[in-house]
Amino acid sequence: MSATNDTPLLELRGISRRFEKKLDFAGKIARFLGAPLREEVVHAVDDVTIGIRKGEVVGLVGESGCGKSTLGRIAAGIMPPSNGQVLWRGTDVTKLDGPASREARLRAQMIFQDPYASLNPRMRVEDIVGEAPLVHGMTTRAGFSAYVEEQMRRAGLDPAFKRRYPHQFSGGQRQRIGIARALAVKPEFIVCDEAVAALDVSIQAQILNLFMKLRSELDLTYLFISHDLSVVEHLSDRVVIMYLGRVVEQAPAEEIFARANHPYTVSLLNSVPRIEARKRAFTTVKGEIPSPLNPPTGCHFHPRCPHAMPRCSQEVPKLKEVAPGHFSACHLNS
Amino acid sequence: MSTTLEVRNLRTHFFTRAGVVKAVDGVSFTVGRGQVLGLVGESGSGKTVTGFSIIGLVDPPGRVVEGEILFHGRNLATASEEELRHLRGNRIAMIFQDPMMTLNPVLRVDTQMIETVLAHEKVSREEARQRSRDALGMVGIPSPDERLKSYPHQFSGGMRQRVAIAIALLHRPELIIADEPTTALDVTIQGQILAEVQKLAATTGTSLIWITHDLSVVAGLADEIAVMYAGRVVEGGEVGAVLDAPFHPYTVGLIGSVPSRNRRGEPLRQIPGMTPSLLKLPAGCAFRSRCPRADEACLAMPDLLELRPGRRARCFHPHLEGAGA
Repeated sequence: MSATNDTPLLELRGISRRFEKKLDFAGKIARFLGAPLREEVVHAVDDVTIGIRKGEVVGLVGESGCGKSTLGRIAAGIMPPSNGQVLWRGTDVTKLDGPASREARLRAQMIFQDPYASLNPRMRVEDIVGEAPLVHGMTTRAGFSAYVEEQMRRAGLDPAFKRRYPHQFSGGQRQRIGIARALAVKPEFIVCDEAVAALDVSIQAQILNLFMKLRSELDLTYLFISHDLSVVEHLSDRVVIMYLGRVVEQAPAEEIFARANHPYTVSLLNSVPRIEARKRAFTTVKGEIPSPLNPPTGCHFHPRCPHAMPRCSQEVPKLKEVAPGHFSACHLNS
Repeated sequence: MSTTLEVRNLRTHFFTRAGVVKAVDGVSFTVGRGQVLGLVGESGSGKTVTGFSIIGLVDPPGRVVEGEILFHGRNLATASEEELRHLRGNRIAMIFQDPMMTLNPVLRVDTQMIETVLAHEKVSREEARQRSRDALGMVGIPSPDERLKSYPHQFSGGMRQRVAIAIALLHRPELIIADEPTTALDVTIQGQILAEVQKLAATTGTSLIWITHDLSVVAGLADEIAVMYAGRVVEGGEVGAVLDAPFHPYTVGLIGSVPSRNRRGEPLRQIPGMTPSLLKLPAGCAFRSRCPRADEACLAMPDLLELRPGRRARCFHPHLEGAGA
């Protein structure tokens, strides 16, 4: 992986995304009469800045509710951010319109976690894979068949199955259909949201190998979202760790697995069961993941952190460079 | 060490319209007192149906057609429904992947727990409540007195699983069958639950069957491991020995495909093909079509043989020389 110039392929700058639950009419009346009701706001993503260089695989790791999927959707352009800019080679894609915006959306594609829910059960595979390229003029009616077959072959599917429906395939094959669909519009950038989480280990290995093969063949850039650290370690060049909507640490993959800096990353790495570790005492992080509706003040991790100081509950730590390319948001570093 | 459970040649078949699905087809293993057996396999390998068969939860069209399930010497496969009802939840308990399979969403946790205590023992309501509270405390639920009054939806996923585990522990069962109980949980929460379970098995002498697809969890938790493929145990033995030097090519492939066992950035070692449909299993070894070592001998079904002391494998061409997976 080499960055030919310094402008990242995709840069997310100061991205925030809030989800609001507005009060209904009855709620508004109740509040007017003095009931302690308020509009609930979830800060799913809170001021996140990351850059992804051409050809890079960035692993985005976090537990449920940390905002990793929301961030992935914003990066893929299927959800607008509440604040912040999504820059594609330096241009803000949220401000584009017309043909330019359509082109921008084609450049980034997404592969989803659930191969059962993400494919329309009433469409044949050839239409699932071929519909978008046909609409966008990448193929013609005449060339449709050949185009679809090529896409299927590349994803490791037998083109003879193109008239079948999704339910006639196994989980691993369905994920290949999802991959073929994403690649059919010739994207440069792919967001994989837990794309192998639902698969068996032996099938997972096949799909991960396919990802890596396609990456070198098509010069793809990946944002690989996962809760599985061993998958991320294997695949990524750089790893970003999120906790409750914020990036707590980001570093090159070798660096983060060898010298994790943030206490959350450390405890996350300690909690991962490893096949090499026999009859071990499982170490634990105390406490639960707090509700994103009501996150702790200051550093979100402080109630569970073994090193928490008074300052941690008052002040939000900033991401600081602790080693070249290694950023961590923890007061222990200052 | 005394044996809590011995399963001998268990066969559970499902008689569907499309044909007979041999979900479990000749499974044997033993679990000693206070031991943890990791039952490992991929989807459709029959690991869950094995667990359901032991506790007598296989519904029609499924049926245990053959084999013995000896719980302290008593054969559960032929036991009456009445007898099973006395055992279930009392001396044998089960934890499911989804805790909402255990919990009733419209009843408070205390109602459900007290009901469970009273179902098997003649104690006062107050004592039953006491027991429930202690059980919640044991699995690490903070302020158990208040939490008893909550409904299941007021708990997070990890806490719900703890409640389900607490219910399983109410009668201090001799055997707990846990079916993928941490698969749906986050890693830090999984770590907490595994630590609790480990402590329990060590302190109470409860035997555990831990059903999972995750070899890494089994590596840290289990004493013994049984690897299942297409309804049969293909390899079994002490967990460290099996994971360090697997005999069966399937186990070799399974361990090889774990990402942390591969060099970063290099292609993962993978098992070609996919699990065959249980409806039309090929004759002979079910792994034959995916196996790099298969030859004509594999057209016959190999037996599960003790190849080394305490190490069983079902293969004509085992990796006895050390596969170094």
